[in-house]
Amino acid sequence: MHLAVALDGTGWHPASWREPVARPGELFTAGYWAGQVAEAERGLLDFVTFEDGLGPQSAHPLEPDDRTDQVRGRLDAVLVASRVAPLTRHIGLVPTVVATHTEPFHISKAIATLDYVSTGRAGLRVRITARPDEADHFGRRTVERIRAYDSPDARGLVTDLFDEAADHVEVVRRLWDSWEDDAEIRDRTTGRFVDRDKLHYIDFEGRFFSVKGPSITPRPPQGQPLVSALAHDTVPYRLLARQADVGYVTPRDTEHARAILAEIRAEQESAGRAGETLHVFGDLLVFLDDSRKEAEARRERLDALAGEPYTGDARIFTGTAAQLADLLEELAGAGLTGFRLRPAVTGHDLPRISRDLVPELQRRGRFRTAYEADTLRGLLGLARPANRYAATAAEATAV
Amino acid sequence: MSKPLKQIHLAAHFPGVNNTTVWSDPAAGSHIEFSSFAHFARTAERAKFDFLFLAEGLRLREQGGRIYDLDVVGRPDTFTVLAALAAVTDRLGLTGTINSTFNEPYEVARQFASLDHLSGGRSAWNVVTSWDAFTGENFRRGGFLPQDERYARAKEFLATAHELFDSWSGDEILADQGTGAFLRDARAGAFVHRGQHFDIHGRFNVPRSPQGRPVIFQAGDSEEGREFAAAGADAIFSRYSHLEEGRAFYADVKGRLAKYGRRPDQLLILPAATFVLGDTDAEADELAREVRRQQVSGATALKHLEFVWNRDLSGYDPEGPLPDIDPLVSEEHISRGRAQVRMYRDPVAIAREWRELAEANKWSIRDLVINNGNRQTFVGAPATVARTINEFVQADASDGFILVPHITPGGLDPFADQVVPILQEQGVFRADYEGTTLREHLGLAHPDAAAPAERAAS
Repeated sequence: MHLAVALDGTGWHPASWREPVARPGELFTAGYWAGQVAEAERGLLDFVTFEDGLGPQSAHPLEPDDRTDQVRGRLDAVLVASRVAPLTRHIGLVPTVVATHTEPFHISKAIATLDYVSTGRAGLRVRITARPDEADHFGRRTVERIRAYDSPDARGLVTDLFDEAADHVEVVRRLWDSWEDDAEIRDRTTGRFVDRDKLHYIDFEGRFFSVKGPSITPRPPQGQPLVSALAHDTVPYRLLARQADVGYVTPRDTEHARAILAEIRAEQESAGRAGETLHVFGDLLVFLDDSRKEAEARRERLDALAGEPYTGDARIFTGTAAQLADLLEELAGAGLTGFRLRPAVTGHDLPRISRDLVPELQRRGRFRTAYEADTLRGLLGLARPANRYAATAAEATAV
Repeated sequence: MSKPLKQIHLAAHFPGVNNTTVWSDPAAGSHIEFSSFAHFARTAERAKFDFLFLAEGLRLREQGGRIYDLDVVGRPDTFTVLAALAAVTDRLGLTGTINSTFNEPYEVARQFASLDHLSGGRSAWNVVTSWDAFTGENFRRGGFLPQDERYARAKEFLATAHELFDSWSGDEILADQGTGAFLRDARAGAFVHRGQHFDIHGRFNVPRSPQGRPVIFQAGDSEEGREFAAAGADAIFSRYSHLEEGRAFYADVKGRLAKYGRRPDQLLILPAATFVLGDTDAEADELAREVRRQQVSGATALKHLEFVWNRDLSGYDPEGPLPDIDPLVSEEHISRGRAQVRMYRDPVAIAREWRELAEANKWSIRDLVINNGNRQTFVGAPATVARTINEFVQADASDGFILVPHITPGGLDPFADQVVPILQEQGVFRADYEGTTLREHLGLAHPDAAAPAERAAS
């Protein structure tokens, strides 16, 4: 079983910052993030993800709010991941990048460089934004406010944004391959630093943008850093099927997990990737305590502080580490290969994951007892991919 | 009484994609592994340098329609490396070149503000411009910008970024766990910018960073570049490392500050400089000659000539005489993605001059290129180099230097070990950091301290 933790502010519950353990005044310091990631690494977790967005957090999914009682503001996730990379040795670092409004050329070299600074532990979690206010931060296009998710307009917009994201990732991936691994030759006799036949134009032409390449950054240590995305519906499932190594899904229960997996696997087959490993992780928000009663009491206390019960896209678990281990085993039975846990209060629930849940899973023989690979792909059992352009070049030579 | 000695500012440029980096030397290491950057940064910090500097290029250079393969090719992402370097250093400033043409203010401001938070106030932005369609082919925008508008866009880009940095005044975050007030002001980060190049509004989502705004650097020598720097930059990278040229540039740029209501000490002038050290001056001279030969292979010499001739010269013998044909004058240039070709504005005259120079000295193509460019700025025993640097600074030819060693990543070590102690002994370079932020190292005021009346009124 694979385990990741999703880091977001002081935790996923909007009142999490009120907890004494939360240290909200340190959220904008490097030390805060270094501490959280060190805790996750202590638990031998596969990776952490860092949430991000191109506007302030909001209680509303499609517009900013004027609330002053919740954490607002955050640091760029790629920079946070880079800042902690030299301080950690084993754990994967997966920042969120927004495909809408950003340049795939910049994202590609940023994640490739994260792979260099972490010596092979980089990934990205790609997301879109349909928020009109975030489009206004860039001023290059307007996004119509979604009125109803099931309207044809909304479906069209969301489908376009995910198609753009798929192209974005395609460009990012091609750029990672635009240098063959052995392109740097340092040939003193001819004076050539690189073999330019091993550098490739990617010549991407799509509906939304075109990119020439090659990258300015050599192929990263993992060849292809990890690509992941969160998905709740058919359109994003298609993005997972086309482009991801890991997908995060939000099953309500085992049956739901089975249904989601069936849909993703069918999409994967249509995308022609049936033979490739695509991990599907279940996302769960967790309150972990010594008893279910304590966990529920904590949830109620935080809900009261927030002024309303917290509901999100993912199932909320309240209970003990052993009870969570039971649930994870049950869901794994439906075919999920891992879980991304969202700590309700990072300062409380993350140590519970690393110090209680992990030992419990280890006792059951369901989780590693030591880091057994040097790269994130290695931890996830994913091979280092061959370079698509090297293969083409070899075929051309063979003909 | 004599004037007190000026304090020298020193910084280091990680050598990479340029024609002075010697990758063929056995001492040359990786230019891409993080360990190289970490070594270089630690050396700079050990020597109490003001900052480390990273350049940027957004497309691989080409010559004759093919990727240029004789220099170091490939570099990492600027922001990512600087953020990682913040983890292995405590005081060193972290300066990155970021292009204002193929980026958007909201994103760049976020990244610099984040870097400033994550480094405890050590970030700096070298604002550069580009307009060319060649680089644009890697971006959504393509090659959209007429050349004469690049500074207009850069100026508005910088002004917009400042509006975003200033959209948080710094006292909004209460994080009061007792009362439940995280923010003092619900509108923290609100901004509206309506201009010719950017029409944006909304909420900036990074709170005010330790330096308020990153330190702003500018490079560029044109009339517009000098005005741009005088109007708003904290430091300017110049390429004048010869005394009289340096003094003229220094006087010119510092003389422009008054009309923007700024004092001469609010803009530092820092030329890039290379160096070769030896035990004696004579040994250093000999070593410098060797380095120049390493920097200019026969193949490199021919390619360098092509910048001027603008045609394929691969058939020529680099050890032979210069081509007797004239340069091709054309809108299309054989070299792409390289700024220096713009220096050769009258190629026919330059070719004539070079031919005469080569004939008079009996120089081959390679001899000419070796003798004509790439001459190291400071060559000598450590005491000589220290003395020369100090003379430059005291004579107002610069406020210090950005040193560019020719070897990655160890090339800075001899300077740190041998020259810096002499400067410290002479009392012209700090013995230790006195502050924690880059602004403090550079003697620049915090932006919030500059206009207290304005802050109080808001």
